[in-house]
Amino acid sequence: MTTQTKTEDTPAPTGPEAFLSVRDLRVRFSTEDGVVNAVDGLSFDVERGKTLGIVGESGSGKSVTNLTILGLHNPQTASVEGEIVLDGQELVSAPERELEKLRGNKVAMIFQDPLTALSPYYTVGRQIAEPYMKHTGASKKEAKARAIEMLDKVGIPQPATRFNDYPHQFSGGMRQRAMIAMALICDPDLLIADEPTTALDVTVQAQILDLLKDLQQEFGSAIIFITHDLGVIANMADDLLVMYAGRAVERGSVREVLQTPKHPYTWGLLSSMPRLGGDLDEPLVPIPGSPPSLLNPPSGCAFHPRCTFKDQVDAGLCSGEKPLLAAGRAAACHLTPDQKQSIFIDQIKPRLG
Amino acid sequence: MSENVTLPKQQDSSGPGNGGEPLLTVEGLQKHFPIYGGFPFKRQVGAVKAVDGVDLTVYPGEALGLVGESGCGKSTTGRLVTRLLEPTGGKITYAGQDITHASRKQLAPIRSEIQMIFQDPFSSLNPRQTVGTIIKSPMEVNGINPPGGREKRVRELLETVGLNPEHYNRFPHEFSGGQRQRIGVARALALEPKLIVADEPVSALDVSIQAQVVNLLQKVQDELGIAFLFIAHDLAVVRHFSQRVAVMYLGKVMEVADRDSLYTRPRHPYTHALLSAVPEADVDSAKKERIRLSGDVPSPIMPPSGCPFRTRCWKAQDKCATDVPPLVQISGNREGHLTACHFPEEPTIAARAEDVVLDPALAALEAERPAKD
Repeated sequence: MTTQTKTEDTPAPTGPEAFLSVRDLRVRFSTEDGVVNAVDGLSFDVERGKTLGIVGESGSGKSVTNLTILGLHNPQTASVEGEIVLDGQELVSAPERELEKLRGNKVAMIFQDPLTALSPYYTVGRQIAEPYMKHTGASKKEAKARAIEMLDKVGIPQPATRFNDYPHQFSGGMRQRAMIAMALICDPDLLIADEPTTALDVTVQAQILDLLKDLQQEFGSAIIFITHDLGVIANMADDLLVMYAGRAVERGSVREVLQTPKHPYTWGLLSSMPRLGGDLDEPLVPIPGSPPSLLNPPSGCAFHPRCTFKDQVDAGLCSGEKPLLAAGRAAACHLTPDQKQSIFIDQIKPRLG
Repeated sequence: MSENVTLPKQQDSSGPGNGGEPLLTVEGLQKHFPIYGGFPFKRQVGAVKAVDGVDLTVYPGEALGLVGESGCGKSTTGRLVTRLLEPTGGKITYAGQDITHASRKQLAPIRSEIQMIFQDPFSSLNPRQTVGTIIKSPMEVNGINPPGGREKRVRELLETVGLNPEHYNRFPHEFSGGQRQRIGVARALALEPKLIVADEPVSALDVSIQAQVVNLLQKVQDELGIAFLFIAHDLAVVRHFSQRVAVMYLGKVMEVADRDSLYTRPRHPYTHALLSAVPEADVDSAKKERIRLSGDVPSPIMPPSGCPFRTRCWKAQDKCATDVPPLVQISGNREGHLTACHFPEEPTIAARAEDVVLDPALAALEAERPAKD
């Protein structure tokens, strides 16, 4: 059902200096119930030292995309098509041995739940030192010194003693700090952070986010930051990609997307979110319905069953044809630019206050 | 959309001061969970002081928000109020009646008036029962026979919460997360309660679905005049839903006030820290104060002496370690705005001349590069 759209999303969003570029990525899983189209023709670029935010609801394909970059899917059940080029190296067809050299070295990952991402069987210090020993060939002693230095950098008190602790002896925030130390120990060029603060409390989240930002300035890594929280993204990212049902629906700089969003889904997300400074007499405007099943995604624009503005488009266009996401600042929607402009100014902007 | 209902203005003023009789009063409530250890005979070696002296009042028809970080005892408080747990100490008064240690029999008539909505819409519905049975069972247990029969009432309730009454015979797995939460709301409404304890009712839902359920709860509160104890960790959601808000930390209430005072004129340092930590989706929002605490919440097994927040507080002095600050009205605050702090902050959330950064790693990194944005 997706083969006919093979060539539609190929335009390159930005110039050639992109450090990571993903082109027309498709990830499918065969399950007992049928084929799940988890990612369906996704293209994006990440520049060196910049942060790309990816927002979307659960099941929108944001995590699957990033596991694909590191080649972490089981090839027996997942089929990956498209192109992932990291610093001139093609990753989709790369052999496992090449990917192994990248993981934890050039590309590192911070997972959502640090308790399940850390092994309970080894000490925290050993787990942090391991990638350093593997990728640089350092001795155990050198790796330990480096790991303690990293633990200190991420703000773990008494790093030399804490090196020998097990993950269960750490609190939630400290585990996430240890994960960050592990990810940064080889000075990666690309850091993928998959909902790194979702499991944390707000005060700890604020600490971790600021820490990541400051460390990024020091290490100069590019970050792909995945989250469902638009507030977190506004603080962290330079560029923003909004995903829905395995496709990118809107792309632009954070300022552009949050201040002048162009896609009905982004409008819905922003107006359904209560704000600390928002008008209390203004009701929240939820998006009707619920996210689609990826086993059987809606035809045409995947958002059309929930879209309030589909009447303004020629009949059948939304349900018949997938809207394209043009290069640069763009939204994948059949509404004309004038319509979007007037809907946003008349109906959406007043809600956002 | 029928769900878009705003709160009527007059409800904003309901609270202490307008003379109403409180529906629920909680005084010095405590719940200590024992820890057993030792060999070969296990004996109690300590206690998790989950709730350690909570004072709250809920007035009829009012929504009181209860916010705090995980482990601060907000859910336990909710469960104590519904008497799903036996309190260790303190007093719970519901409509003038002391229910702190009331027996099952004494509680029976009250149970139908206090209902609960749970956090996880997946584990709080029995997968082997149909939606009809789930919503009907509170009526069966309490022997309520509404006119026209229970089934008719269930269909009405399904309609109230925005579900199709024809889904009466479906099973929970046929519904999405948001719809399941609606079933939970319908079940809580089945007995026409006076108080609903909603324990994180929207935190398990996707952002676009959260607003649907928040609007539904607001409609319910507005149309049926039910009082809510709304427990959540998301300050923006609580602000949207509650007329009064209480902030909890390590089993104690740190600050309680009407919504406006708490969010714009907070006095307790912890409230300041919480508000400053909330990420805002506004790129150009007015600069607010920046407070970054260090570390996590201490363990409730060995809470700090005196003020529980003192170990992470930038204003802590010797007095904080010895004296527990009472929850009182500080001069200059509105009536009903109570703060438990010896050295309260200025009542503003505007940016400070100097950020409060207590986290050692952050402080070190930022000292190297002082000129940041």
